[in-house]
Amino acid sequence: MIKLTVNGKEHEVDAAPDTPLLWVLRDLIGLTGTKYGCGQALCGACTVHLDGQPIRTCVTPLSSVGTRKVLTIEGLSPDRSHPVQLAWMELDVPQCGYCQSGQIMSAAALLARNPAPSDNDIDQAMAGNICRCGTYPRVRSAIHQAAKLLSTTDEKGG
Amino acid sequence: MTQVFTHDASRRSFLKGTAAFAGGLTIAVYLPGCSKPEEAAAPTSSGPVKANAWLHIGTDSKITFLCDRAEMGQGVYTALPTLVAEELGVEPKHIHVEFAPPGAEFVNGLLGAQVTGGSTSVRDAWGKLRAAGAEARERLLIAGGKALKGQPNLCRIIVNADGAGAVAMGNKSVPFGEVAAAAAALPKPQNVKLKAARDYKFIGKSLARLDTPSKVDGSAQFGIDVRLPGMLYAALAQSPTLGGTAKSFNADKAKSMPGVKHVLQTASGIVVVADSWWQAKQARDALQIEWDAGPNAKLNNAAIYAGLKAAAADTGQSVRKDGDADAALTASSRRMDAVYESAMLAHATLEPQNCTVEFRDGECHVHVPTQVQQFAQASAAKASGLPAEKIFVHTTFLGGGYGRRLETDFIPPAVEAAKAAGKPVKLLWTREDDMTHDLYRPPARDPVAGAFGADGRVSAFKLQIVGPSVTARWAPSVVANGALDPFAVEAAHNFPYAVPNVRIDYIRHEIGVDVGYWRSVSHALNCFAVESFIDELASQTEDDPYEFRRGLLWNHKDARWLGVLDVAARHAGWGNAPKGRFQGIALMSGYDSYLAQVVEISVEGSKLKIHRIVCVADCGQIVNRSIVEAQVEGSIIFGLSAALFGDINIEAGKVSQRNFDTYRTLRINEIPKIEVHMINSDDKPGGMGEPAVALVAPALCNAIFTATGKRIRSLPIAKQGFTI
Repeated sequence: MIKLTVNGKEHEVDAAPDTPLLWVLRDLIGLTGTKYGCGQALCGACTVHLDGQPIRTCVTPLSSVGTRKVLTIEGLSPDRSHPVQLAWMELDVPQCGYCQSGQIMSAAALLARNPAPSDNDIDQAMAGNICRCGTYPRVRSAIHQAAKLLSTTDEKGG
Repeated sequence: MTQVFTHDASRRSFLKGTAAFAGGLTIAVYLPGCSKPEEAAAPTSSGPVKANAWLHIGTDSKITFLCDRAEMGQGVYTALPTLVAEELGVEPKHIHVEFAPPGAEFVNGLLGAQVTGGSTSVRDAWGKLRAAGAEARERLLIAGGKALKGQPNLCRIIVNADGAGAVAMGNKSVPFGEVAAAAAALPKPQNVKLKAARDYKFIGKSLARLDTPSKVDGSAQFGIDVRLPGMLYAALAQSPTLGGTAKSFNADKAKSMPGVKHVLQTASGIVVVADSWWQAKQARDALQIEWDAGPNAKLNNAAIYAGLKAAAADTGQSVRKDGDADAALTASSRRMDAVYESAMLAHATLEPQNCTVEFRDGECHVHVPTQVQQFAQASAAKASGLPAEKIFVHTTFLGGGYGRRLETDFIPPAVEAAKAAGKPVKLLWTREDDMTHDLYRPPARDPVAGAFGADGRVSAFKLQIVGPSVTARWAPSVVANGALDPFAVEAAHNFPYAVPNVRIDYIRHEIGVDVGYWRSVSHALNCFAVESFIDELASQTEDDPYEFRRGLLWNHKDARWLGVLDVAARHAGWGNAPKGRFQGIALMSGYDSYLAQVVEISVEGSKLKIHRIVCVADCGQIVNRSIVEAQVEGSIIFGLSAALFGDINIEAGKVSQRNFDTYRTLRINEIPKIEVHMINSDDKPGGMGEPAVALVAPALCNAIFTATGKRIRSLPIAKQGFTI
């Protein structure tokens, strides 16, 4: 049994140490918001945060997680109130929606380290997330919008 | 394409289907028409069924809409209930949406089966769902009026914050749940009036998508997310050579691996069933399989295109014949010839193909992201040996469709695995499985010719559309008895330019592997040939490509062609590109919509920079403006990925591309600025899920020609010496 902390909760899972974290999250813990798209860190659909850093879980062995904290889309907020989620809803970003958990987790990680990203910053941070539906224009707008929401929240002291 | 045709005879027996409601917490009251799904008329070859069964009023007075089209990003989950809500007199957000089971009453009147495709959903629903909403309102008002002892015209419909509906009169009200049964039992109301366009509250606006909240918190359930009690997971080994079969296999090692429960041979390949998908996949990779490569062992792209080239010598079928193009070509002293080639393409839905199957109580439940509920049911029936009425298809959200999920090839192995395992099984393909076992977009190699008369005007246009037919496999009855495949000649049959002699032929040539419908279908292939060649003719006379088109359209009886062309040129600032930038234009009508696109680029050596794409769409009455805009943006990016990079290469019967490193798609840092303009119109709605895809390649290649003088006649562009 291997221990790991996901969305603030401790889990013990029975899986081979080389099992990619993606399948532990999806099949063993039941958090299916994180998606499988390529299995080779090419598409970003499986993005979660590991101690705040965006990682591709499809190539992250369970054994490498250790005591670091895993945050998935389900744990980003309890009620879709994270600024990225609010902006995503305001601009109706998703189409099919399959890549969106990964897009949102990449965007949230970007804003955590850079609260006012430029278009170029967005390009750098989001280039690893493929969207076959082509929601990129709205992804970009929504990240700017989320940055605005963040700054408003900060001004309010929240 | 609005042609109505019948579904396959072989599939007809399944059309009656089953239509059990999910849930069961409510009394099913079908409004309007009091026709229960199982009593609904079977479709006839003459057209769509008339029964309606989309609305369901619960004892809790809440309204459920059964969405009979698959939601794959194009927005039916929002647009279709909007049509009902507009006439019913409730807000769309008060309608709970569930996906409909297979059923005759859910047949798409434009396609003759329950199919989400061909950008038909809104076009098909436009009349019938508004009528369903209006009739339901009328019934509820009559029944509510009776209960409240007042005239229906004094009654109104109200909905509380929880979405519970009621009929109100003055300060009295009666909940929907108490009058729905009486409303359903009323004789069909006569002369139910639909709203005038000026009275629309929701149609034509940019209402929030109803599926967005579930798509920002990970809760939206795609096929891959289905979890059933006791469920096992499966991975499938398919022949690396397309069309091959497993001769023999050794599963000793696989069976000894952790979690592995079953290994079985199916018609689709060898399936490994295990406690988790990762275990199943690892064990699948450990199988030792001897494959019989089958008939495609020596197939490669060079042979495929050589076959298409040779086929152009055939006459084929006539698509369009105005005047005598051959005589005009022969008579002309200024004749031009070109050949346009398009690559095979993968759909590459981000959600790989998958299917979850459970057998219980003599029934087979199939949870599947599908665009074809009835065909999924038929496929599972055949694989399970059960009759269709024992097959229950539960449609999930689709992680991309683009035509891939018009196919059912991933269903039978899941059914066979669940049957063998005696437990629910989720079968999931890897990305590599998905990329190497698609039903690819047909390749095309289309000779085209044009000529000018002595007066300097275009005297002839001749196009030979050469390629394999998807329809001949997918819906053979459509092309029976020599009928023309309507899905091979789009954006060509309606050639709009004023040329006196036009000859367009379709030459069907099969290539050895099955091909599939791919977003915008033959529009993309034919628009590339037609709109590129029109530019070639313009350059021959040194005319401006936009003015040249105008000159051939100004007298067209359908003013919408010229309308979108002019508006696109105006918005793009045609002819006034900044220094160093070059423009290309393309025009098309498809799916009852009209579109023009202008691409603006600059070129440095072999490096292209695509600065801006302007797209103008006249798609008639818009149901949801924001969704149409998103569809155009997405279509352009989808079309741009294909035009620049999309290329499936077959070597020795195997597909070379395996993942997103070798099958490149655009990323956020690579997209141009996209501007979408919609022409306000109250013409009937046109489809908008696909058409903007098709104009990208010709508009871009026309811009490349203007910039460099190099005419690209073979896609993808990356293989013609350009990069981005």
